[in-house]
Amino acid sequence: MDYFGYPAIWLPWTFAALMGLSILIYVVLDGFDLGVGLLMPLADEDEKDRLVASIGPFWDANETWLVLAVGLLLVAFPTAHGAILTALYLPVFLMLIGLILRGVSFEMRAKAPITQKRIWNGAFFLGSLMASLSQGFMLGMYLMGLTWTLPHVGFALLTAVFLTVGYSFIGAAWLIWKTEDRLQLRALRWAQGGIWGLVLGIGAISVATPFISTRIFDRWFSWPEFAYLSPLPIISAALIIFLWRQLARLPLSNDRWSWTPFAATTTLFTLAYGGLAYSFYPYVVPERITIYEAASAPESLFIILIGTLFVLPAILGYTLLSYHIFRGKATALRYD
Amino acid sequence: MDTLLLSRIQFGANISFHILFPTITIALGWVLLFFKLRFSATGDRKWMDAYMFWVKVFALSFAMGVVSGITMSFQFGTNWPGFMETVGNVAGPLLAYEILTAFFLEAVFLGIMLFGASRVKSWVHTLATFLVAFGTTMSTFWIIVLNSWMHTPQGYELIDGVVHATNWFEIVFNPSMPYRFVHMMLASGLTVSFLIAGISALRMLWGDRREDVKTALRVGIIAAAGIIPLQILAGDFHGLNTLEYQPAKIAAMEGNWETGPNVPLVLFAIPDEEARENRFEIAIPNGASLILTHKADGVVPGLNDFVTDDGEVLHPRVAPVFFSFRIMVGVGMAMLLLSWTGLVLLRKYGAGGMPKPPLFAFCAMSFSGWIATLAGWYTTEIGRQPWLVQGVLATKDAVSDVPAAMVLSTLIGYLVVYAVLILAYIGVITYLARKATRGEAYSTRYYPRRGETNLAALQPGE
Repeated sequence: MDYFGYPAIWLPWTFAALMGLSILIYVVLDGFDLGVGLLMPLADEDEKDRLVASIGPFWDANETWLVLAVGLLLVAFPTAHGAILTALYLPVFLMLIGLILRGVSFEMRAKAPITQKRIWNGAFFLGSLMASLSQGFMLGMYLMGLTWTLPHVGFALLTAVFLTVGYSFIGAAWLIWKTEDRLQLRALRWAQGGIWGLVLGIGAISVATPFISTRIFDRWFSWPEFAYLSPLPIISAALIIFLWRQLARLPLSNDRWSWTPFAATTTLFTLAYGGLAYSFYPYVVPERITIYEAASAPESLFIILIGTLFVLPAILGYTLLSYHIFRGKATALRYD
Repeated sequence: MDTLLLSRIQFGANISFHILFPTITIALGWVLLFFKLRFSATGDRKWMDAYMFWVKVFALSFAMGVVSGITMSFQFGTNWPGFMETVGNVAGPLLAYEILTAFFLEAVFLGIMLFGASRVKSWVHTLATFLVAFGTTMSTFWIIVLNSWMHTPQGYELIDGVVHATNWFEIVFNPSMPYRFVHMMLASGLTVSFLIAGISALRMLWGDRREDVKTALRVGIIAAAGIIPLQILAGDFHGLNTLEYQPAKIAAMEGNWETGPNVPLVLFAIPDEEARENRFEIAIPNGASLILTHKADGVVPGLNDFVTDDGEVLHPRVAPVFFSFRIMVGVGMAMLLLSWTGLVLLRKYGAGGMPKPPLFAFCAMSFSGWIATLAGWYTTEIGRQPWLVQGVLATKDAVSDVPAAMVLSTLIGYLVVYAVLILAYIGVITYLARKATRGEAYSTRYYPRRGETNLAALQPGE
């Protein structure tokens, strides 16, 4: 079959891939800065400033990946966008309020009178918590096919907790990389305290997903797919063991390997995400609407694709530039 | 109230809250670039002091704009699924181009602009400031393109009730786009000019006599006085464009019921939609005809033309359009009066010797740009009703079937959060002014100029 001859086939596929990539980048990047927000109550007053400083130059661009992901869903798969977001009306609302509180507190805590700082620190934590919980809840509801039944909501509440713990884990991993001395040691302890959430979360979703439908079950447990896919759980398990050991041995002299927990967690997130993407392809609304049924007109998709191909590399380029400029340990944020 | 009306109010509340902050950041980005370039050219530290104060306001406004903007991208799906299902083939690419060409640019370089000055060379920092300002302007461009297309759609064909793009040049450069874009850019310029003048006046009233405060006051007044006549002109052109493409909106703005010549300019009235006439009308004879057609006996469209024979009303509700238009024009006139008075006083006394009454007046007008901008947007957006996309998609056909109670409860949630945040925002800006007046924001900080080495930037791992 000649795929490249049929824009109605390869364009939706390309956009699904782009959207998937944006969501993955969002989950890793905003995952770590939401996670740092979740860790705020555990830090003392001076450390709080350092926590915020470690994500200050990045959080804004990180959240833009969410806008891109929702934007791609909106422009490339309009019917799916409507179906998903009306079904998730309330959690979306809670997430948005959370993101608003968080983004505003970021600026306010540094600029408002010192007496109000505690309030804004609280709002920063609360916003991060609301956003993480509702994203986890939406993930669970999405996996269960967006129908509001009691068992589905129960499962979604579970994923809400797991994703929140997962975010705080990657947040702690980020801090291990970006901070030093006492704060780094504390971040290591936070990560040790949170790793169970990561294991349980990925485990629960991996166990639950194949039982959502026989289609997904067959995708995983038929021969020879089972053999091709077996590296996925094996590498994941190896990464978790590696993380466990690394958290026990860090910090090393000269701060060697302090970046490895973050890198390993990112890889783990990517693998788990890849597994989900494999399970649900070609559906954009699980078991109901495929990406081909939901896609916009090929002409419009093509116009967007041309722009994307030029602009996306530039975005990646200057994002890397920004991380390069703000490399090294986080110092106090100053406007100069 | 039903889901449709509640969803309209919710979208209105969300976008009203959102637009407040881009209205500030669009022009403030360029003002900051101006401050930075003046500093590079003169080496006078007052420019950099002004930059340092206003960049904090920028950072705060930008954060508010980003988070409220995220809300907007979800509102389409949660409340208006019919919009993207019908016109997604046009709206989609325009929104995608906004995200790709503007959002990322501004978000990434904002980090460098705010926190990177000691980590990069001075020219890279200036470039970052430019890219942020450019990004906000690009963002305005794409959003205005989409919004204008919803008012004056062209370059498309309808296939099975779904809009398909046929000519992208016609879509982007649709008839009302240039007017709307210029009108919005100037509105942002005015908002920022009055904000800068107002906050600087406040600091001077508190006894702050530093050079950078006087300079900021001068820049604010001169910019406001220069922009306001351009804005009145642009508004007039925009009105003529609306007359051509959306006569029902003009009829509602003018409060004119019957089509005919010699239509008076209604200064005040209470439009009565039941009786289909104005009560307590105060009007200037032939005024509306003169403004809209430049002839005393020019024909101006009336609202009664937009009611079908079986009684269906195809024009917007009159009172909100009529009053918000008058509020916008009224604030514009006050801006003209104050900024030109300020200009005369500036020539006579200089910024440092400005008497107290005008300083109080500028303080009072600090956020006047917000009022005019919102009133202007209400005029044009409510004026488009009952259409969501003029002549293509009715608003009632795009709304989602979410229960009204859910829309109402989330609406209340948004309103509470927004009210608190607006108060906090204004509170923090005045607090920053208070703090700067006390001198806390000023350090003995050294600002390196172009070509000079900044030692702090060279330390590795910082």
